[in-house]
Amino acid sequence: MPNYTLHINGKERDVNADEDTPLLWILRDEFDLVGTKFGCGIAQCGACTVHIDGVATRSCQMQVSILEDVKITTIEGLSEDGKHPVQEAWKEIDVPQCGYCQAGQIMTASAFLEENKNPSEEEIREAMQGNICRCASYNRIEKAVKVASEKMS
Amino acid sequence: MSSQNKNNFSRRNFLKTSALASGGLLIGFNLLAACKPEAVMPVDIKNLNFNDFNAFIKISDEGYVTLFSPNPEIGQGVKTSMPMIIAEELDVEWSKVNVVQGALDTKNFQRQVAGGSQSIRFGWDALRQTGATTKQMLINAAAVKWNVNASTCKASKGIITNSKGDKLGYGEVVNEAVLLEVPEDVKLKEIKDFTIIGQEIVNVDIDKIITGKPMFGLDYKAEGMVYATVLRPPVFGQKLVSFNADETKKVKGVIDVITIGDKVREFNKSGKRSWTFQISESDKVVVIAKNTWAAIKGKEVLSAKWEMDSKLESTENHNETLNKILGGRELNTRREDGNVKNAFAKADKVIERTYHSPFIPHNCMEPMNFYADVTSEKIHLVGPVQTPQAAQGVVADMFGIDKDKIYLEMTRMGGGFGRRLYGDFVYEAAEISNAIKKPVKLTSTREDDMTTGVYKPSVKYRIKASLKDGKVTGYHLKEAAVNSNMYGSIPNFFPAGCIPNYKVETGNHKSNITTGAWRAPYTNFLAFAEQSFFDELASELNIDTIQLRLDLLQNVKNTTDPNIQYSGQRMEDTIKLVKEKANWGKTKEGVYQGFAAYYSHNTHVAEIAEIILKDGFPVIKKVIVAADCGVVVNPTGARNQVEGGVLDGIGHAMYADLSFKDGKPSNKNFDTYRLIRMQETPKVEVYFVQNELSPTGLGEPGLPPAGGAVANAINAALGKRMYSQPFVKELKKSAFLG
Repeated sequence: MPNYTLHINGKERDVNADEDTPLLWILRDEFDLVGTKFGCGIAQCGACTVHIDGVATRSCQMQVSILEDVKITTIEGLSEDGKHPVQEAWKEIDVPQCGYCQAGQIMTASAFLEENKNPSEEEIREAMQGNICRCASYNRIEKAVKVASEKMS
Repeated sequence: MSSQNKNNFSRRNFLKTSALASGGLLIGFNLLAACKPEAVMPVDIKNLNFNDFNAFIKISDEGYVTLFSPNPEIGQGVKTSMPMIIAEELDVEWSKVNVVQGALDTKNFQRQVAGGSQSIRFGWDALRQTGATTKQMLINAAAVKWNVNASTCKASKGIITNSKGDKLGYGEVVNEAVLLEVPEDVKLKEIKDFTIIGQEIVNVDIDKIITGKPMFGLDYKAEGMVYATVLRPPVFGQKLVSFNADETKKVKGVIDVITIGDKVREFNKSGKRSWTFQISESDKVVVIAKNTWAAIKGKEVLSAKWEMDSKLESTENHNETLNKILGGRELNTRREDGNVKNAFAKADKVIERTYHSPFIPHNCMEPMNFYADVTSEKIHLVGPVQTPQAAQGVVADMFGIDKDKIYLEMTRMGGGFGRRLYGDFVYEAAEISNAIKKPVKLTSTREDDMTTGVYKPSVKYRIKASLKDGKVTGYHLKEAAVNSNMYGSIPNFFPAGCIPNYKVETGNHKSNITTGAWRAPYTNFLAFAEQSFFDELASELNIDTIQLRLDLLQNVKNTTDPNIQYSGQRMEDTIKLVKEKANWGKTKEGVYQGFAAYYSHNTHVAEIAEIILKDGFPVIKKVIVAADCGVVVNPTGARNQVEGGVLDGIGHAMYADLSFKDGKPSNKNFDTYRLIRMQETPKVEVYFVQNELSPTGLGEPGLPPAGGAVANAINAALGKRMYSQPFVKELKKSAFLG
């Protein structure tokens, strides 16, 4: 199997993997970065969202072979101490119920807020539409994104 | 509310020890023996060990407190709220409390279960008693040290004081406290003096969740572990004939392909039974691999032949059969008051309606998975299951091993909704590990979960009512469901006791399709049918729909029927609260309201949905909710549960649709199966009826009224009644949706 060097959370990491292995499973099985979650495997639920060069991306659809020249950030690398404004807002609003989808929600929200510093309610709801929360914590997610945007501005 | 028998809190339910490596005090309390008087406690108290208890308090010399939370956490918040109750009576600062998930304790307990919205209800008295008893032991120890009478001492926020003004921290007396007798007859706090219960306490796992720490079953790893996926029959009832794994074995990372099934069949043959055992008897093909991706890929290229004697099922057949049951005479009477036949004969008008809901998969965000390491000496199981004890029992029977030799660790669960009450994935993981003699992690894909599920059964209700002199005089409800019917006291829920002539009958059709509990089983759809029906009756009677409910509830207030558990008064108070908060009937133009109220899982809930029309299409903007669950332990968690239940109810009433054709489900994944997402989510306002009654659960009760409230609001907006879920399908049929 070929060897790949990936740039994850500011570190270079080598992995031996089949070329079509999705980043999701490289992160989870090879690097023990299990904050990135498996939900559907077809880019429909958003649980596996990571940042690739700052863009929120579904890691279940990204083959390892095309990722050597990009910067990958996972929930574990979003901040050093869990104090990214989006993480802080999530805590302040006490968003999660079961918590399984929340890393993906946070990664989508944090990339979105880099693009749109002061989003309207409609813009937040549109940006977060791709992330399913089966516990339906949507109203608190929306509120937390708003709170995070205020912290970031 | 009946209070618990005091004797159940006797000191034999306690364990205390100072034999901690780190020093300090550990107190164990037999929660179950206190909650369920029929539970058997071991006689030989001296030989008890920690495993006999499932609510622990540990106090370090420094005064830090660790509370072990006994019940599985599926997002319902008990890992936060149950320890809050202990901490309240123990009287410590919440900031000094650390909460740890307790493991399954196999010897004596029956209720380390997440299900039925019962954890808080069953735990309330016992958890309070645990905290209060421990506090008294610490006070007693301080009194000995000071050489004063314990009654002159008191404790608050982890500090004990006496009348002279001396102070001692809990940590300074734990080593003495543990040598003292466990006191009986300790005094509980007055509810008005609570300082933790009723406060907004953040989820105890919040930091781990927002930083992506491993905590779910799927995150679990062990040395030497391999990964497995399972190919199950694509049609319910089919059996494996043969398979070809040539392509699978070419996939890099695949180690082996095997079949399992013997242990499941042996269990069935043995005559042993567990209600959590919902699993096909067919052989299944298992791909063993070095990583999850290879296991998934290997399964995708497997080919297998399956066969079945009976004919392939379809939604069309199910509908025909269920309608036949509703029209036939083979029904079981579940409750009967007066004579509905006479009431219908004498009526001014008789109204009859039929309601339908489809099969629904649970779709927990974390797919089913489990870790198993089976050896001849012991079995280690780790993962997300709502019924750990039942799972352990079945595995013990499957392998003929003593339960004591099975260690089951509970992980946080990425949702449950009833799916994880059934342990099929635990049994499969154990059978795989046993076959390959290695620790293994079984992982299901979304497609596995959606197509080989344990679904909410397809159900139909036919309700007939008689109206006479402006009153509802007769009510006859028939239920036809796939596989099984409404259980327990549901036939005695509203409107039982409110209408003099009342009858509930049920019948079912046995299918190969596996079905089971789905959040608020049966009432999730029954409430929609019934509450839509009453809305229609109110229109017929030309009376306000809320007034109709309030009038009917007067009839049940003085009931002496022990089968009726809901309270006419509490329901009335709940309805009046939501009516006031939603400004019922006085909204601005263009806002259409729909009302529904329902009692389930011991909690009374009333909801008003508000809809606007956008380009002629209904858009749900807001739902106002009132709930009576007694004392609210953690308002944040409580609101979250109610809101989540309401949105779950709305999402599934609007969109959920799983049909069957040629024996196979119509949907496999979220590309075609629709769940509610943020843009469809209305705002939800939650209000609690204020009282000092013992708390009841909230995981389920918010859900049942939601579908009815929305259906009634849709009717208010469009003059169109919803008789079938999902509503989007109904609205499309009537061209209200493009």
